[in-house]
Amino acid sequence: MSNAEKKTGAVDEIEVRGHIVDSLLLPKILDRILQMGGTFEIHECKIGARRSDPSYARIAVRADTPEAVAEIIGDLVEHGASPLHPADARVVPADVATAFPEDFYSTTNQRTQVRVKGRWIDVDDQEMDCGILLDAVVGSARCIPMVHVKVGDPIVVGHAGVRVLPEERPRETSLFGFMSSNVSSEKPKAVSLQGVADGIRATREAGKKVLLVGGPAIVHTGSVPHVSKLVREGWIQTLFAGNALATHDVEQSLFGTSLGVSIAKGESIEHGHEHHLRAINTVRRLGSLKAAVEKGVVTSGIMYECVRKGVDFVLAGSIRDDGPLPDVITDVLVAQDRMREAVKDVGFALCIATALHSIATGNLLPAWVKVVCVDINPATVTKLADRGSFQTIGIVTDVEPFLRSLAAELTTERAPS
Amino acid sequence: MCPPDYFGIEYEINPWMSVEHGSDPARAAAQWQALERTLVDLGVDVDLMTPVKGLPDLVFTANAGVVFRDLFIPSRFRFGVRQGETPHFEAWARSRGFEIIETPEGMNFEGAGDALFCGDTLFAGYRFRSDVRSHQWVGERLGVEVLPMELVDPRYYHLDTCFCPIAPDAAIYYPGAFDEYGRAVIRERIPTLVEVRAEEAQSFSCNAVVVGRTVVLNQGAPGLAADLQRLGYATRTLDLSEFIKSGGSAKCLTLRVDGEEAAAWKDAAP
Repeated sequence: MSNAEKKTGAVDEIEVRGHIVDSLLLPKILDRILQMGGTFEIHECKIGARRSDPSYARIAVRADTPEAVAEIIGDLVEHGASPLHPADARVVPADVATAFPEDFYSTTNQRTQVRVKGRWIDVDDQEMDCGILLDAVVGSARCIPMVHVKVGDPIVVGHAGVRVLPEERPRETSLFGFMSSNVSSEKPKAVSLQGVADGIRATREAGKKVLLVGGPAIVHTGSVPHVSKLVREGWIQTLFAGNALATHDVEQSLFGTSLGVSIAKGESIEHGHEHHLRAINTVRRLGSLKAAVEKGVVTSGIMYECVRKGVDFVLAGSIRDDGPLPDVITDVLVAQDRMREAVKDVGFALCIATALHSIATGNLLPAWVKVVCVDINPATVTKLADRGSFQTIGIVTDVEPFLRSLAAELTTERAPS
Repeated sequence: MCPPDYFGIEYEINPWMSVEHGSDPARAAAQWQALERTLVDLGVDVDLMTPVKGLPDLVFTANAGVVFRDLFIPSRFRFGVRQGETPHFEAWARSRGFEIIETPEGMNFEGAGDALFCGDTLFAGYRFRSDVRSHQWVGERLGVEVLPMELVDPRYYHLDTCFCPIAPDAAIYYPGAFDEYGRAVIRERIPTLVEVRAEEAQSFSCNAVVVGRTVVLNQGAPGLAADLQRLGYATRTLDLSEFIKSGGSAKCLTLRVDGEEAAAWKDAAP
């Protein structure tokens, strides 16, 4: 059973205090919950040190429907449990457009619920560093970025009536069980690689999308054929990058160089520095990467495969971009929204050799999406985890051998043996 | 104790009571007087309350409240027909110099009927009359450990109908009145236990008064009497049938103001 499935149904909290251990009231209450078809989670438990000291337990009761939860709690009250009746979430209408009211609730990437008319409802579009827009009439709530706030939007303020359900650590030993988020270059690479490959396979089997967030080093290190193969064989559904990755990729396709350096020979080519700008100019003259592929100008590379395969790519611009390519979204807020749209249904994110794009993506992803960050620089990996995407698994290694092995692992297995 | 001048069966709030059958006032008076004489004979100093017309169950003084040293926690009766007793019990306690602490509103608590000390621990019954939370509240106020146990048979609606501590480490009890958890608590915490047979429990033999090494109980429990004698206890059996019609016996007719015989704090009482 996945975590997502375990979290469904209705839930409420009770507390029980007193001499609940020696009187067997606590085990009795827990047994009653199970007997009545519910499940429980002990959120807090303090056991009195001496016999005369009371103990305390706060327990979440979960069942399929709110009615079932109410029935169980009704029974538990007879045995001394008190339902915790926190206040409903409080909202204040936004008084300034593109800003939250003072004291707004600031979201995390963890599964969050708000209490409306005594019932907990899930917050949709979970994303860190947002506010919560609550429609109490419809009974729906979702994360909303600051810039999207309109005057009058009901925004949740304070912490009352908001709760976070932290993601459970996976218990199974497969997939990510073997890896901790500690960053080290001295982990067995083959095992890490196997874990990533298994994660990607499991994501595809579950019908979820795999997201690749890539930096230009993918091209510089000669990894284009590996990534192209992954795209071609259907392992990547979404690509986030900047102007650089796409430009170097096109440059390689047109001139065989990356920033003027021959990928084949590793040497600078005469007048090679012009290749970069000529590549951008070529695509600009055609109007888009799609047009460049369709007109037979660009005939290989990552962007070529993406266009051919219909992979949803979002290229976000930056201040130092040359050109940029016509596909690059130069308004960062528009780019953010496109990324927000594109991360829906993503089940696995592979961030390769890019710090800022990885962090931007990490900020948009809820905590239950697996993230693997591969970089030669340990600082990039730790930065992502430090910014709250704690579910990130870091692998410190050269990207070319990593991508070569990953492509071999995923694509050879599919070939008939 | 409170003389049974106005005792009668005027309503039905437990499976024993039947308004149709009623009780015999003369027989009830004689039985009550025999109990009083027995207790005085055993050296008990009996303090009497004034009976009140219209409060037939005022005779069951065990339900007045809980006494702990110089504190008195009056009952908060579940049924309206008994709620009129509380002011009289409080007035009595006040006149005897007890400090009165009231349980919070909304909680039912029926005094020594549902809360009995065995050693340092307050054993408590809940479900039919007292709420489990009231026991936790009382335990907290008194600073003692309280072990609430669920009562599952409506015939044994108060703890003192199925459980009777006889020493700080010994008690008699009828297992059928408790669920498994309650039985486990009793077995875990009380080293010496005398199990009462189902048919003898029906004669209210657990509703006994303990004075020193003598147990005063209703007739009809020869097995229990023999078990108690083997443990070195003397027994005095009485006919309390008129009160059993109302769901009470010897214990229900008395409230110990110096702590149950089994209460560890009894000897330290002022």
